[in-house]
Amino acid sequence: MTLNSNIPEGPLEEKWTSHKFNTKLVAPQNRRKFEVIIVGTGLAGGSAAATLGEMGYNVKVFCFQDSPRRAHSIAAQGGINAAKNYKNDGDSVHRLFYDTIKGGDYRAREANVHRLAEISVQIIDQCVSQGVPFAREYGGLLDNRSFGGAQVSRTFYARGQTGQQLLLGAYQALERQIDAGSVKMYARHEMLDLVTENGRAVGIITQDLVSGQIERHSAHAVVLATGGYGNVFFLSTNAMGCNVTATWRAYKKGAYFANPCYTQIHPTCIPVSGDYQSKLTLMSESLRNDGRIWVPKDKNDKRAPDQIPEADRDYYLERIYPSFANLVPRDVASRAAKRMVDDGYGVGSLKNGVYLDFKTAIDRLGRNVIEQRYGNLFDMYANIAGEDPYTQPMRIYPAVHYTMGGLWVDYNLMSNLPGLFVLGEANFSDHGANRLGASALMQGLADGYFVLPTTIAGELANHLNQPAPSTDSAAFVEAEAGVREQINRLLTTRGTRSVDSFHKELGHLCWDYCGMARNKAGLETAIKEIDTLRQEFWSDVRVLGNGESLNQSLEKAGRVADFLELGQLMCQDALHREESCGGHFREEHQTPDGEAQRDDENFAYAAAWEYNGAGKAATLHKEELVFENVHLAQRSYK
Amino acid sequence: MSLNLLLKVWRQNGPNDEGRFETYSPNDIDEDMSFLEMLDVVNEDLIAQNKEPIAFDHDCREGICGSCGVVINGVPHGPKKMTTTCQLHMRNFKSGDTITVEPWRSTSFPVIKDLVVDRSAFDAIIQAGGHIAAPTGAARDGNEILIPKPVADQAFEAAACIGCGACVAACPNGAGQLFTAAKLAHLNLLPQGQPERWSRTVAMVDTMEEYFGSCTNYAECEAACPKGISIDFIAKMNRDYLKAKFRDRRSTTKIDTSEAG
Amino acid sequence: MLTGSRVAQPLRQRRIRPRFWLLDFYGSAIGKKAVMAVTGIMLLGFVLAHMLGNLHTYQDAEHMNHYGEYLRTIGEPILPHTGALWILRAGLILAFVLHIHSAATLTLMNRQSRTVGYKGGRSYVAANYAARTMRWSGIIVGLYLVFHLMDLTWGTNGAATDSFTRGQPYENLVASFQREPVAVVYIIANLLLGIHIYHGAWSLFQSLGWANPRFNDWRRMFAIGFAALIVIGNVSFPIAVMTGIVE
Repeated sequence: MTLNSNIPEGPLEEKWTSHKFNTKLVAPQNRRKFEVIIVGTGLAGGSAAATLGEMGYNVKVFCFQDSPRRAHSIAAQGGINAAKNYKNDGDSVHRLFYDTIKGGDYRAREANVHRLAEISVQIIDQCVSQGVPFAREYGGLLDNRSFGGAQVSRTFYARGQTGQQLLLGAYQALERQIDAGSVKMYARHEMLDLVTENGRAVGIITQDLVSGQIERHSAHAVVLATGGYGNVFFLSTNAMGCNVTATWRAYKKGAYFANPCYTQIHPTCIPVSGDYQSKLTLMSESLRNDGRIWVPKDKNDKRAPDQIPEADRDYYLERIYPSFANLVPRDVASRAAKRMVDDGYGVGSLKNGVYLDFKTAIDRLGRNVIEQRYGNLFDMYANIAGEDPYTQPMRIYPAVHYTMGGLWVDYNLMSNLPGLFVLGEANFSDHGANRLGASALMQGLADGYFVLPTTIAGELANHLNQPAPSTDSAAFVEAEAGVREQINRLLTTRGTRSVDSFHKELGHLCWDYCGMARNKAGLETAIKEIDTLRQEFWSDVRVLGNGESLNQSLEKAGRVADFLELGQLMCQDALHREESCGGHFREEHQTPDGEAQRDDENFAYAAAWEYNGAGKAATLHKEELVFENVHLAQRSYK
Repeated sequence: MSLNLLLKVWRQNGPNDEGRFETYSPNDIDEDMSFLEMLDVVNEDLIAQNKEPIAFDHDCREGICGSCGVVINGVPHGPKKMTTTCQLHMRNFKSGDTITVEPWRSTSFPVIKDLVVDRSAFDAIIQAGGHIAAPTGAARDGNEILIPKPVADQAFEAAACIGCGACVAACPNGAGQLFTAAKLAHLNLLPQGQPERWSRTVAMVDTMEEYFGSCTNYAECEAACPKGISIDFIAKMNRDYLKAKFRDRRSTTKIDTSEAG
Repeated sequence: MLTGSRVAQPLRQRRIRPRFWLLDFYGSAIGKKAVMAVTGIMLLGFVLAHMLGNLHTYQDAEHMNHYGEYLRTIGEPILPHTGALWILRAGLILAFVLHIHSAATLTLMNRQSRTVGYKGGRSYVAANYAARTMRWSGIIVGLYLVFHLMDLTWGTNGAATDSFTRGQPYENLVASFQREPVAVVYIIANLLLGIHIYHGAWSLFQSLGWANPRFNDWRRMFAIGFAALIVIGNVSFPIAVMTGIVE
């Protein structure tokens, strides 16, 4: 099967406009004849559900949390980019497009990214009209701040809780549709399989997590907006419940999984404090504006940080990257920290972090200024780490934060399975090999509010006056049987090891071999060891309780089972991509001074993987990336 | 530093089960653990002993999703102010402490299992009116309506609510006023929220009263709120409700576009 | 509405809106709280006026008795004798009835909303003693009020002194407070009234939506001041009688 990205003809700037005109429509009176299933209620799923409901489609929405408002979009801190150019600093749609393509290390589709930049402007207007309390200036105008990877101020924000406020806006719009009856909400429901008939997505199998009931739902189209797979690393900044199950089951039903090896590591997180650690907490990137990163020059230095004189400190980012210093991009800062810790210069009792020191800034600006800028972050750090960052430097270390890979989709956000749409972090489309700060929120809302409502009509229009597929068909029966069998198997294995112990082990393997730096030998080891672990999981996992009531171990077990398979694919993808780009760093491919070395000649494509069965190598399909509007260049931050 | 604790945890098999406290004594609890990580450790022990782990809601574990929340020693989210359960660390306890852990208690938050309760009543309140009708695509430029910074800031403070339900859990009357008032204040303060201001207020209050108790001005909710949302917003809700009923009674049943500010 | 295994159901039916808007308003809990606050203000006004009027006791019997008689003649000749007084009394009775009715119905509603308490006990972080005991202080003060009326207004046998004479409040008061148990009960009731006012006179601002950062601190000061004024004023009477300052 060849991958057709369905990118519209014409100049870049006109593609979306002409595509909107050329896409078939569904007339208002016909919309109620269509059933649409949406899985996930984050920014992408929530906004899509609210919009489709408002337009008149019959929408069913599913989330595993107890309320759609809990989706992990809520935890996004920094902000949302939009090419409004309110600051008159030379921003434009084209500049946002260019920054995003470059930030993604030239591994994203030009047409998608340009559309994203165009829509960014409408998103802000939409959110303001919903009552999202963005930060304002004293004159009452919207405020902006600057963010990494850009030289303009285009980030809109609501203190450090932008994701929360945007999600609540979408959630409220969704609840309004639920009240109106156009959307049916299924909270505490997990999608456990995609149902396909003749290669077309026709519905899903879900489990009601409270009653354990297995249910069939059919629709004219299925939309997955289920987020990323960062939890394959066990420790990440993702929420505990974030999982790959929905997209992974779709993959196993024939949807292609693209670029799974593109994972983003955020440089400023609080380091692990012990084996019990369940998740990692992000400290906003903005801290690097005033903090200086260093480690002791002597790896055996046991002195408290304030006892170490300047002469014995190595401000390594300032030393290696004199022009960008502490403000180098995320991937560069992360790898530098890793090198320091790997070489034994780590700080803290576990020697697993580097210092982020505010002493210079406090001396220069005064404690008050620092408190105003970062007060809540400092409090959060003190609460978690138990140390006062005003008097001793923070300890930080990189952590998994976002996954650029996901299900392959065309320009319409439809996967290679007709009728299956994928939005937000769950798809692979807009960020290439590395995502810029404040772009995830933009993509989620662009997909949900503006792209899908247009493109889904083009697909649905082909099925006008056809009833929603029957849930009694063989495909549904078979899919349900498969789900029941897996649940049964998990509950009856009654082995010796808890689900978490497998998840942690998988996380270690992925982090060690497929984390910030990867190499051939390591990836090959990982693929083998993950395979062994997967087999051990199925013979030795211990899931207690039953399938007839809330059973959190069972939920986790199903998710970890899928992570075990995904982990292998991620390593396979990382192994095949013999270049370094963005979040994917292959040690074999670096410049003489240790920077990522792309290979545009051979790897300027999106790698879309086709499932061939558990434990078997997947088949690679390539979507060549064509760059007509940007010039591919090596990134340098020295 | 590690702690040895005596843990009394509420266990309940389902909504119709009686429920009871069970006692565990986790040892060597690291003081850097969060409260939920401590429960993770207890659960791993239980699984090793072939006992079902304790069910509790949790997700982001950074204090923003609002999923987690248990009553610790009689206080929702535990002893530390302005802190969710997931952000409460064990260094706030001493070795030898007895810790009692219970689910939120309110008739409208029925226990699903152990420490997990059903908070869908909150969604019902939002459905009733916790929104601004702004269909996608119809928006004007974001800067067209100026919003004074103090107004935007106050709306934000109200909007910071994470919907965890600690206010209901803390209220001796099982009242949902702080949650409802926070959402009303957020939307009623903003210019975009004016057209539906009075109908929204009445709809949300009426739905709230179908599920929850009334306010006796104890201020326990404010003390329990991990986001420090002020009961001043409850006063504001009361004022808006009074206005909705006294000023123009038609506006509470019909869409009113006459009022701004 | 949510679909799926939702366990929570509304505790109460959606209210059927009465046609008369005031009844509709009173049907809501926020409406009842507002009524409780407004009637509370009326009762506070009465308690204050009552206390201030009774300060005539410190002049002499003649002034006090004259003040008592004066109250009956307000509004004459437009209103008949005791006409205005009865209008005031009717207002007070209505306020009192509504105050109690709203309190009772809201209490029932609150009980319904929290049928299961904390099995492991609960700790109060913010709610003070006064707030938590409003129902009890209210009931006790209400019961005392009945005795107080029997003793000094109606002269009911058993409650009032044998020497009770209508129209001679000064003598009645002195005689009543010379009975030590009556004086002690009076003092206790007034302390409870003070506690009730301490929370109520603050709470009414919240219930009526009078909150503003500019005067929020003053709301508490007002409640403390008002409660103290009433308690000190009222308690001074039996003490003055018992110590012989007034005889």
